[in-house]
Amino acid sequence: MAVTGLLLVAFLYVHMIGNLKIFFGAETFDHYAHWLRSIGTPLLPEAWYLYIQRTVLTVAVVGHIVAATILARRARLARPVKYAHRPKVQGSYAARTMRWGGVIVLLFVIYHILDLTTLTLNPNGVHGEVYRNVAEDFAPGRWYVTLFYTLSIVAVGFHLRHGLWSAVRTFGLQSPRGEVYARATALVLSVVLVVGYLSVPFAVLVGLVD
Amino acid sequence: MDIKVRVWRQENSSDKGRMETYDVKDISPDASFLEMLDVLNEKLILDGDDPIAFDHDCREGICGACSMVIDGVAHGPEKATTACQLHMRHFKDGDKIDVEPWRAAAFPVIKDLVVNRGNLDKIIAAGGYITAPTGAAPEAHATPVPKKDADLAFEAATCIGCGACVAACPNGSAMLFTAAKVAHLGLMPQGQPERDTRVIDMLQAQDDAGFGGCTNMGECSQVCPKGIPLTLIGRLNSDYRKAVRKQL
Ligand code: HEM
Ligand code: SF4
Ligand code: FES
Repeated sequence: MAVTGLLLVAFLYVHMIGNLKIFFGAETFDHYAHWLRSIGTPLLPEAWYLYIQRTVLTVAVVGHIVAATILARRARLARPVKYAHRPKVQGSYAARTMRWGGVIVLLFVIYHILDLTTLTLNPNGVHGEVYRNVAEDFAPGRWYVTLFYTLSIVAVGFHLRHGLWSAVRTFGLQSPRGEVYARATALVLSVVLVVGYLSVPFAVLVGLVD
Repeated sequence: MDIKVRVWRQENSSDKGRMETYDVKDISPDASFLEMLDVLNEKLILDGDDPIAFDHDCREGICGACSMVIDGVAHGPEKATTACQLHMRHFKDGDKIDVEPWRAAAFPVIKDLVVNRGNLDKIIAAGGYITAPTGAAPEAHATPVPKKDADLAFEAATCIGCGACVAACPNGSAMLFTAAKVAHLGLMPQGQPERDTRVIDMLQAQDDAGFGGCTNMGECSQVCPKGIPLTLIGRLNSDYRKAVRKQL
């Protein structure tokens, strides 16, 4: 859970920083997207790096989901008879929504790949025109897409708020002071990530990017 | 005060069981929760009914026997308090209180509120001890222990093995219990020889007994009558990681 989760978080940060390049204009952004395909050349053939990264990410996502499924299954088996009276679990909202939140994030990732990688569902849908693909994707007329992206990214934020902290605990954090820092860091990292990601669709919405 | 209690009644382990409601009248606010059940049981016996079976022993918060979930919270609404130390003054006249047994596959119900917590003993048997012959109580200064370690070990050692952590955990995990035992021995010089095998074997026993896996929800520590801190689970994870690495 923790190892695969942290790999995915590392990707999320790199991806977010890349996305922010959209604020430097169409040329820079399209060039960045092109550069991604050429990382590792000439040592590696064109786009090989990208496929290596995709393989690692897929393995991480599958490993993460397999571990989550095993945990959920064990939890169900460990309490065959439910409580008749069960107040809300006292843990945080983020902790309580890890399982369904994860499923929402997965559905989002599938949509997102069909939208901006394969361009199957993209209104512009021209390979190489990354800037225009994004700009038309979040055009005001397609507010429902922006809404879905927003909800999903907030879901990622909640998932990470508990996930990051929980991962540090899994790796053995044990001092009460470290606990306070870890919780605060998890919160800050999650908020930064949500704001960073959401800045792009909202910039398109208000016309900063068009 | 007059209250209503809705209690889990289950004839034996194969009975399906159901919640049943009883009126309890004229209870002193100074009575403990278990004394309230005693009063109810006296009435049930006089009426020729089967009294409610529940576990109890010390009634002073140190044995860990009084396992019951009160209004959905293991050991009831008072923080860091066992059910036997919970007093009726924390409830209001006319309250309707739900009482259920610990719910876990690893804690099968024997009758009514009594569950078999023997699986916690299996975890202990897998490594919750030291093999050094200890003899009589040794001279206290013979083995120096840093004050910080002694304090933390003592805090961990206050775990009374009640199982409330399991009852409260959304995953039905016994991690807080196991972590407390692993820490209390692992912090002491006498606990070092078996430190690695202890954490591996106790976790294995926990999984084998059908407890769930820990996902750091933190419910356990909230209901623990001894306030065992969640940070001990981090300590267990760290010990486990080191032990597994040494085995490679
Ligand atoms: C279908 C997709 C996903 C599912 C079903 C899922 C499910 C889960 C579950 C059940 C946990 C256990 C956490 C707990 O209760 O402590 C977890 C932890 C975690 N998740 Fe996910 N998740 C998904 C996607 C993601 C994604 C996309 C990321 C990162 C971007 C991520 C990052 C993390 C991290 C860092 C942890 C903490 C690991 C730990 O507790 O040790 N997850 N996830
Ligand atoms: S850790 Fe706390 S709740 Fe769990 S068995 Fe020990 S005393 Fe009871
Ligand atoms: S009866 Fe001993 S702790 Fe409650």
